Amino acid sequence: MAEVIVVTSGKGGVGKTTTSAAFATGLAQNGKKTVVIDFDVGLRNLDLIMGVERRVVFDIVNVINGEARLNQALIRDKRVDTLSILPASQTRDKDALTKEGVKTIIDELAQDFDYILCDSPAGIEKGALLALYFADQAIIVTNPEVSSVRDSDRILGVLQSKSHRAEEKKDPVKEHLLVTRYDPSRVEKGEMLKLEDIREILAIPLLGVIPESESVLKASNTGNPVILDDASNAGGAYADAVARFLGQDRPHRFIDPEKKGFLSRLFGGRAA
Amino acid sequence: MSWIDIFRGNRKPPATAGAAKERLQIVLAHERISRTGEDFLPKLQKDLLEVIAKYVAIDAKAVNVSLDRGGDMSTLAIEVELPGPKVGEPPRRAAS
Repeated sequence: MAEVIVVTSGKGGVGKTTTSAAFATGLAQNGKKTVVIDFDVGLRNLDLIMGVERRVVFDIVNVINGEARLNQALIRDKRVDTLSILPASQTRDKDALTKEGVKTIIDELAQDFDYILCDSPAGIEKGALLALYFADQAIIVTNPEVSSVRDSDRILGVLQSKSHRAEEKKDPVKEHLLVTRYDPSRVEKGEMLKLEDIREILAIPLLGVIPESESVLKASNTGNPVILDDASNAGGAYADAVARFLGQDRPHRFIDPEKKGFLSRLFGGRAA
Repeated sequence: MSWIDIFRGNRKPPATAGAAKERLQIVLAHERISRTGEDFLPKLQKDLLEVIAKYVAIDAKAVNVSLDRGGDMSTLAIEVELPGPKVGEPPRRAAS
């Protein structure tokens, strides 16, 4: 039985698409048949972050409208062969998505895949509501910053009241906290919310902490999910988070400031 | 810290993360309560006006309801401006 996972946050720009791309790639690297769906109709970007933008022919709206078959719209990843991408439409608006249409697509995907990742748009409007509606599990992407934490709390409320599982009074959606853009050196200086504070406020289990890293921009520049960058702290942290998600025990890394050598103390260093 | 801080006199900015945590805890405590119910302030204002109007003639525009959400305690302030008695109006009687 396929698991449906939504990657959501409420707030925009916190790293949902970066996370969706990395997480889907990581699950596929672990041998899981994984499909990642872009729900941001009108503002499609997962294709760029995954580096498949030149291979998009049909999209989720074409499938919903019966203009293309699902396997025509799915893009097979060339790096990891158990990974597929279902792009959003760039020309339509969010009203092109319907609950019945999304259900049909997810039911069909559930026959072939182990994990169906839904990359939610920002906000709590139709696209975001449909992205989370069928979820069994949710990854809440949160930055250590007041507006992001507040919006995460809000989206948790939506998950607990407006998801399919909530409406049908089934077991609740399993929630995971993923803190991104964490900068331990700023936390140490008291400039940034501590991991412990975010955990205390949101009170959901911690899946991982992704450190602020220059490699995330490099990854999006080239269209390679950051988890494929072995030298990157952020990539390593995503790989740990995926391993934890699959039940392995991995200690949290990158949550304490790096010990700086004399030269980087003198000139000020930045995280790789 | 880099070398330039030495010339800046190495002043430490005040830590602000604590303020962020405290503000979040207060606002979220209130938002979690109101999440289940509807926004009650407009209804409260309407109900209060109806009650007060039973006893005194008031102008609906001269009513101000404000709420200050705090950590341990919130303050609800209702300010009603009562007009002076108008000469020539028949006296109001309580409904029997």
